[in-house]
Amino acid sequence: MKTMKKVFMTAMAVMMAASMAACGDSASDSSGSSSGVKIGLHYELTGAVADYGTAELKGSQLAIKHANEAGGNYIEVVYDNKSDTTESVTLAAQLASDGVVGVVGPATSGASAASYQILNDAKITVVSPSATAINQTLNPTSGEVYDYVFRICFEDSYQGAAMAQYAIDTLGKAKAIVYADNASDYAKGLADAFNAQFKKLGGTIVATDYYSAGDTDFNSVLTKFKDMDFDVLYIPGYYNEAGLIIKQAREMGIDCEIIGPDGFDSESLIDLAGASNLNKVYYTTAYTTVGASPALQAFIDAYKAEYNEEPGMFAALAYDSTNLLIQAIEKAGSTDPEAVRNAVESINFDGVTGSFSFDDTHTPIKSVLVVTLVDGVQGDAVAVSPDVD
Amino acid sequence: MKNWFKRTNLLWLALIVSTYVILNVLISTGIINNVYQTVLLTIGINIILAISLNLIIGITGQFSLGHAGFMIIGAYSCGVVLKLVAGGTIGVLLGMLIGMAISAAVALVVAIPTLRLRGDYLAIATLGFGEIIRIVVLNMEVTNGAAGLILPKAVSWHMVYWAMVICTLVIVNFGISAHGRACISVREDEIAAEAMGINTTQYKILAFVIGAMIASVAGALYAGAFYVIKPEMFTYSKSIDILVLVVFGGMGSITGSFISTVLVSLLNTALQQFSSVRMIVYGLALVVIMVFRPSGLLGRKEFSFDALLKKFDKKKGAAS
Repeated sequence: MKTMKKVFMTAMAVMMAASMAACGDSASDSSGSSSGVKIGLHYELTGAVADYGTAELKGSQLAIKHANEAGGNYIEVVYDNKSDTTESVTLAAQLASDGVVGVVGPATSGASAASYQILNDAKITVVSPSATAINQTLNPTSGEVYDYVFRICFEDSYQGAAMAQYAIDTLGKAKAIVYADNASDYAKGLADAFNAQFKKLGGTIVATDYYSAGDTDFNSVLTKFKDMDFDVLYIPGYYNEAGLIIKQAREMGIDCEIIGPDGFDSESLIDLAGASNLNKVYYTTAYTTVGASPALQAFIDAYKAEYNEEPGMFAALAYDSTNLLIQAIEKAGSTDPEAVRNAVESINFDGVTGSFSFDDTHTPIKSVLVVTLVDGVQGDAVAVSPDVD
Repeated sequence: MKNWFKRTNLLWLALIVSTYVILNVLISTGIINNVYQTVLLTIGINIILAISLNLIIGITGQFSLGHAGFMIIGAYSCGVVLKLVAGGTIGVLLGMLIGMAISAAVALVVAIPTLRLRGDYLAIATLGFGEIIRIVVLNMEVTNGAAGLILPKAVSWHMVYWAMVICTLVIVNFGISAHGRACISVREDEIAAEAMGINTTQYKILAFVIGAMIASVAGALYAGAFYVIKPEMFTYSKSIDILVLVVFGGMGSITGSFISTVLVSLLNTALQQFSSVRMIVYGLALVVIMVFRPSGLLGRKEFSFDALLKKFDKKKGAAS
């Protein structure tokens, strides 16, 4: 028995030592040499939303690699916040003490909000690829915009408003039903903005109903909808439920236009809904490969060569964020915090997800793309700029 | 009155004050930088959570998995007050008091039916209750639903330190009071305790309510220190995290909770660089502890100056 215990203990110790040694190697990669401009990459690499964070890290790393190949000297400082807001606070302090010039990330709104106050106080410019929550770039106490925080994605509400605009102006609809996810702030922001804009343009919201993420059977609610007088169905939410809702609605004979947000943007939507059911389906997004510009095509090719997979929206947004930061540093000609920040604020950026500049809330002025699905394949993409106040 | 100034009490006071002074000096000289300051905050808040759960699980022997529910009450009370009523220290203190009041009321309502249950049944009931609170918060207007609240920083580590000291004093002194001993008797053998004339349900409820109030203090401090609170941060897995700290340190040992919280936080910080293997190492450490020390690091032992002094006196006696 005693020897068993000893053997077990030694085995444990060896395993621990081996794992420590393994991580020792990976750590030295990210720290690198000391000269050069440090750029913080602060993402969700493990935990609940690791999908977004890892995609964005790849996009950012590709941008830094390209910049270094073009003669720059940038060093990436990578941190993983475990999809955890407490960790995000610690890492913001860590990034500040590491002396990074700018930070790209995190991917999600909660972790972002937790890091902004610290980074802003430390005068480190933050460029966020995908923090879409409403008022994300504003200081919660004063309500004024953070001097050093920028984002390159549009707000959730903007996307909802764009869809309402498109439904009325282009599709010619006037009676909408909104069927929303009740547990995500994303869906809530979208639904509110859609309702407001749709009514403002003279449409009526016939009914609003809610589902919970994880639901699989929507027949009872859809049956109720079927007897109502409406001509378009808006589903703010993610593809998991939206796919099933579309399938069940089409099978029931609801054949009106179905519209949604960028949560639809996934191959899984086709698997869940079935390609034949995905006609007259439209969604808003920031990124599409339909009619790709030469710059976007070059990015897609480079990404595929590097990682052997197709880039998605998150990778493209992170690639743009990182490039924007690098361009600003080069334009500023120094790593002085104020100079970098001013360069970002006044930039006219031309990236793979479109061209834009920042408005006074440090959110980009760019149009939303509405993608049409034809038998599950992206058929057409139209740019829409809603006139919101 | 004389009792207040016993040698051991003075030693404890000296320990508390000197720790505070040392930490202050380390911070002002920059040895503890901003990064370690946030680690200090986490440690302080987690210690409050761990000892409050230890009161329920370790001292009274009631297996509760709903602790995150009380933390969320404190966090949102403080968050809403900071947003709508007053900012700064006053806002935090006001929010803390409101949170404690709500927590006490809720704990009472939960405790009266559920504490008649034992063991696994109680665990499941409290687990369900913690989720109910979270869902209520998720669907309220004032809490801003799933998006949560973004808050200004209103809690410094001084506040966390003194809150930790006060909570510890409350729990330790409760543990050695007559009520505390009654709670321990409930843990040891409920039937025997009842036979000795102890109203077991009453003592279980008492410990549960005190634990819940202290957990809400930790929630309030968290809200003021970490900028963002969202319902998804307080799921049952948060309750399990707290439970791990208690079990790791030893159920029934407040000293153990202190040591385990500090160790786990330091381990977490040290492994920050190695994200891919961090959870593996953390998990392994837990497995190793549970294999070699099934009752936790300290079991039920406590650090006490009394015992230390006795040893010291004995040695002195032997030498002279």
